[in-house]
Amino acid sequence: MAKTPKILVVDDERIFRESLLAWFEEDGYDVDAADCGEDGLKLFEKGKYDVILLDMKMPGMSGIELLAKIKEIEPEAIVIMITAFASVQTAIKALKDGAFDYITKPVDPDELAHLVDKALRQKTLTEENVELKKQLDEIVKPDNLVGDSPEMKKILDLVQTVAATDTTVLVRGESGVGKELVAKAIHLNSERKYFPMVTVNCGALAETLLESELFGHEKGAFTGARHKRKGKFEMADNGTIFLDEIGTVSPKMQVELLRVLESKQFTRVGGNDTVTSNFRVIAATNEPLEDRVKEGKFREDLYYRLNVFNVFIPPLRDRPEDIPALAEFFRHKFASAMNKKIEKISPAAMDFLKSYEWRGNVRELENAIERAVVVGKGDAIEVEDLPFHTRGERADDAENETSLADVEKRHIHKVLLRNEWNISRSAKTLGVDRATLYNKIEKYGLKKPDAQ
Amino acid sequence: MRINVAPIRFANSELTKRVVETLGRVFRFPVDTAALELDLDAAFSKERNQYYSTKLIADALGKTGDLEGKVLMLVDFDLYVPVFTFLFGEAQLEGKHSIVSVCRLHEEFYTGKTDDEALFQRTMKEALHELGHNFGLVHCKDWNCVMHTSRGVEEIDVKGAYYCDRCAERVPGFVKSAAV
Ligand SMILES: [Zn+2]
Ligand SMILES: [Zn+2]
Repeated sequence: MAKTPKILVVDDERIFRESLLAWFEEDGYDVDAADCGEDGLKLFEKGKYDVILLDMKMPGMSGIELLAKIKEIEPEAIVIMITAFASVQTAIKALKDGAFDYITKPVDPDELAHLVDKALRQKTLTEENVELKKQLDEIVKPDNLVGDSPEMKKILDLVQTVAATDTTVLVRGESGVGKELVAKAIHLNSERKYFPMVTVNCGALAETLLESELFGHEKGAFTGARHKRKGKFEMADNGTIFLDEIGTVSPKMQVELLRVLESKQFTRVGGNDTVTSNFRVIAATNEPLEDRVKEGKFREDLYYRLNVFNVFIPPLRDRPEDIPALAEFFRHKFASAMNKKIEKISPAAMDFLKSYEWRGNVRELENAIERAVVVGKGDAIEVEDLPFHTRGERADDAENETSLADVEKRHIHKVLLRNEWNISRSAKTLGVDRATLYNKIEKYGLKKPDAQ
Repeated sequence: MRINVAPIRFANSELTKRVVETLGRVFRFPVDTAALELDLDAAFSKERNQYYSTKLIADALGKTGDLEGKVLMLVDFDLYVPVFTFLFGEAQLEGKHSIVSVCRLHEEFYTGKTDDEALFQRTMKEALHELGHNFGLVHCKDWNCVMHTSRGVEEIDVKGAYYCDRCAERVPGFVKSAAV
């Protein structure tokens, strides 16, 4: 078993002691408390503590006296002093006497948490880190990054490769293909997984708001700014910032972004202090950025800064082998969420799903299955349960009217091309035996292109 | 098991309704509102213009003996305990009672702009978080998990909206797949 960090709280006031105790317990620490300096010293001599919190003013042995005794026994002990008033003089004396830091009552929970984090990091609790790693190592990929196609395997390979580095990544692909999932997979497989991935949807924000959103603001920075707030870049410290729909950012913001990406420094809106943040950038776009650069709408320097490592996610229609796994995944997800006993997708419905064009990609498939689960009555999803089947709201009607045979022909042809007419591989992809595939090739008159 | 949501001087009935509905979807047991009257004056600090949350929980303890399951109190005023400047909420670890304040979950508190959707998302996260403590969970290191600690509203926004698999195992009746 890994070691849980141990904390000692010494405070004569019961209500302070008890709330600190409860607060640390909720944080998963092992906490002991004493109500006077003498008892605190006894506990300290018996147990090993990673962090010790001492109230400065106590009857009998004061916090300062106890600090001196503790430091005598264990010079490396990490002690945080708590003072009722911001008595700078005493606090400075405590720091000179070897206290790690001090905080003022009432304590800002944010400040205390940061202090204890900092203290524990200084102690480098290796055992705790091992436990943390073990806990997080299980998060390998977001579970809906599903698929067995060669394209998806290639993407997962790229994710593994780039996750091990700290390189800026540009994820490209049509809307709905799952660009955020790929970003998340990179983040969760990187050293930064212990810190958050912060998502910014650049397209959804007005320019004025985007600035405060990204860089934060100070209290009173604008009308209504009653409290300071950290921005997304600050929140992504040690983690990853995911800039979605980067192609929609205004020229003014492009300049600002470039500056922050290069310097990793910024100031909050209405503030003077420089904030430094150590973030990794993953950006995503469904736009042809190269064209935007040529048109003068997207800065070339920003383009090069972002386009260091490229991950392209092909549209779902180009990797139909992924459809069954995805459809099954969504069926299971929605059926159990709605507590419905829909245990499979009928072969006819699956054929239909496999032949559909999926202009809206994975997201459209997910919505279709969700609706099918809602309206489904039996234990399987049937063709009639699929929304577009009855509504016929497809954009291109010509395609909509193609027969199932046409769809099958087109699909087989596509699979053959992708597998370079390797019959075994194509048959496997299509889920039929080789004889069946030969029959279909003959039936539809499909021909292998002449080898050049 | 059941969850009783008790709005305490909580005017936003639309928000209460949404929270009860959503909790009802993510848990496999009944979630409903419950009437509860607390002695607010006794918990009010004139000096700090805040309410002492541990006192409110202690008061609720003696008034909810007939309620089965958990009691989640929703308030719109600011909470404190003497050692801290404020709290988003408080819960008894492995206990029956918890309290969530939406005071600092309002977008107005920071930017002056109303954002009902943000308020709802934050309230849901804090409700699930405090209930998690009631079910015996401590803070989780996974940022995708609602049991991650939140030091500020920014962190509430960043962390996940539901329990991670590991935490979910300890929450009875939590429907992971309803968390969409
Ligand atoms: Zn908590
Ligand atoms: Zn968790």
